[in-house]
Amino acid sequence: MLHLRSLAVGYRGAGGALLSGIDVSADPGDFICILGRNGAGKSTLMRTVAGLQPSLDGIAALDDENVASMRPGARARRIAVVLTERAFNPGLRVEDVIALARQPFTGWEGRLGKADQSAIAEAVAITGIEPFRQRYFSHLSDGERQRVMIARALAQTPRLMVLDEITAFLDLPSRVEIMALLRSRAKAKGQVILLSSHDLDLSLQLSDSVWLLDGAGGFSVGTPEALSRSGALGRAFDNDAIRYSPSRGRFEIRTSGPHRGVEPR
Amino acid sequence: MRITSRAAALIAALAGLSLLTLTCGQIALPLADTVGALTGTQSSDLARQIVLEIRLPRVAAAIIAGAALGMAGVLMQALFRNPVADAWSLGLLAGGQFGVALTVTAAAFAGPAAVSFLTVFDGPSITLAAAVGVAGAALFMLALGRRVGAITLLVIGLMLGFTSQGLTSALLHFAARAGGRVYGGWQDASFAAVAPSALPWLLLPILIGAGVAVATAKPLSSLLLGETYARSLGVKVTSLRHAVLAATVLLVAPVVAFCGPVSFVGLIAPHVARALAGTARILPLLPLAALGGALLALAGDAIVHAPWEQHFLHLNAILAIVGAPVVILILVFSPAVRQWR
Repeated sequence: MLHLRSLAVGYRGAGGALLSGIDVSADPGDFICILGRNGAGKSTLMRTVAGLQPSLDGIAALDDENVASMRPGARARRIAVVLTERAFNPGLRVEDVIALARQPFTGWEGRLGKADQSAIAEAVAITGIEPFRQRYFSHLSDGERQRVMIARALAQTPRLMVLDEITAFLDLPSRVEIMALLRSRAKAKGQVILLSSHDLDLSLQLSDSVWLLDGAGGFSVGTPEALSRSGALGRAFDNDAIRYSPSRGRFEIRTSGPHRGVEPR
Repeated sequence: MRITSRAAALIAALAGLSLLTLTCGQIALPLADTVGALTGTQSSDLARQIVLEIRLPRVAAAIIAGAALGMAGVLMQALFRNPVADAWSLGLLAGGQFGVALTVTAAAFAGPAAVSFLTVFDGPSITLAAAVGVAGAALFMLALGRRVGAITLLVIGLMLGFTSQGLTSALLHFAARAGGRVYGGWQDASFAAVAPSALPWLLLPILIGAGVAVATAKPLSSLLLGETYARSLGVKVTSLRHAVLAATVLLVAPVVAFCGPVSFVGLIAPHVARALAGTARILPLLPLAALGGALLALAGDAIVHAPWEQHFLHLNAILAIVGAPVVILILVFSPAVRQWR
C-alpha cells in the first residue's frame, strides 16, 4: 500500500541528503516503528512520506499514487500526521481541534455531517479524552494535549498515519496504552501507521516492522527480531555507555567504561 | 444556537445605541421625532435635517468602520497567530495614511490637474492610495511575523506606526506648501467627516472584503494549529495568506481613507467575539467581531458627541482610555501570550 522507491530525503543545499536510495513497502495493517538517534533523519523522512516536504529524489507512493503530486485536499483525506511541532492556539477548545480533522471532508463552511460526527465520536471514545472535550486546548497538560492530537489524527480516518515522537510526553502506562491502541487500530482499519519513537523497548515489542536509521545515512528494514540478530540495532545505538544485547533482547548499561551509571534513554 | 443568540443580543444593543446616538447631541431630540425623521413620517424639518444629514451618516460610518476593523482583527490575529495583532497595532492604519499622504503630496507637486483629478475621484482614489499603504505595511509585518515572537511583533508594529505617522505629518506640510488639499484633522480618527455621498465608497470595499473573509474562514481556522498542521489538512498556506491579506486590505483601507486611524477597536473586538462564541473557529467569530467592533466604535462616537459643555474628547482618546487597559490585561493574563515568552 505504501511504497518508497529510491527515496532520498533531506534539505537542498547545506546538508544535502540525510538518507538516500530508500526502497521499502508497507502493507495494510502494518504498524511500523522508525528508530534512530537524534538527527538521524526520522522527522525528515516522515515529513517527506507525509507529503509535507519535497523529496530530493525518488517517490513515496500511497496506493500507487505519488504523495508529492496529490492535490492537497485529496492528500489530507488519506494521510494524517502528528508532529513534534507545538500546536499553539489561543482560544481553541479540544472539540474544535478534533473537528479540524474533518476539514478535508466538509464543504466551505466546515459544517460537520453525520459521518464526520461519528468519526469524531469514535476517536474521542477510544483515546479517552471525553473528560476534557470542552476545555481549552492550551490549558491542558502536555500529555493530555498529545492525546488530543492523536485523537485528531484518528478522526481524520486516514489510510496512512505518520506520528512523530507522540509518546514523548506520556507516562509509561499511557505510552503502552496509546501504542497498543494504534497497533490494533491499524489492524482493524487496514491503515499503515508510521511511528517514530525513542522508546526502544516498547517499539521493538509492538512493531510489525522496524525502519532503522543508523545516523550515518544507513537505512535497514526488518522485523525487530531480524534487526536484533543481525546486529543492526547495536550498530545504530551502541556507544560508550550502553549496548544492545541480542541475547537478552534489550539495551544494557556497559559495566565498564567512562559513563558508568548512566541511565539508558 | 449560542452564536445566533449572542449575535441577536449584539444587534439589539447596536440598534438601541444607534437610536440613542441619533437623539442625543447639542440639540436633544425626542425619541418620537427621531423615529419620525427616520421613517419619513411626521417630523419637523429641523429634526429631519439633524437626524438624516448629520447624525445618521456618522452613526452609519461608525457601524461600518467598526465592523470592518473587528473582522480585520479576527483575520490578523489568526494570520499572525498573535492575540494582540490588529490593523492599528501592527501599523497598517498608519501605513495607509502614509500612502494617502504620499499620493496627495505627489499630486500637489504634479500640478493643479492632478489635484483636481484627486478631488473629483475623492473617495475611490484616496481609498486606493490607502490600500497601497496598508498592503505595504501588512507585507512588511508578515515578512517579520515569521521571525519574531508575538510581543516583539507588537512593538515593531507600533514603531512602524510612529514612523509612518511622522513621515505623514512631514509630507502633509510640504503638500500644504505646494498648494495641495490637505486632508484635515487626520492625526485623530473621526466618523463625523464622512459625507452621506461617501458612504457607498466606504461600504463597497468592506462588503467585498467581508465576502473574502468568509470564504477564507475555514482554512484560516486550521492555520490556528500552525502552518504544518494546516498543510496536512489540505490547506494551501501561501494562497491562503494572500487571500487573507487581500481581505484585510479591503476591510481596512476605506476606514483609513474616510475615518482615519481608529485605534483599539480591531484589537479588542476579536477578544469580545471569542468570549461570546466560546470558540476560536473563524467563521462564527466574523459576525460577532463585526457586531462587537461596530458597537465599540459607536459607543466611542456616542461618548465623543454626547452633549458636553465643551467639545473636549477625541475618538482615539476615548478608545485609548478604554482600550489600552484591556490590552494590558490581555498581555498579562492571556495564556496565548504567556506561551510565547
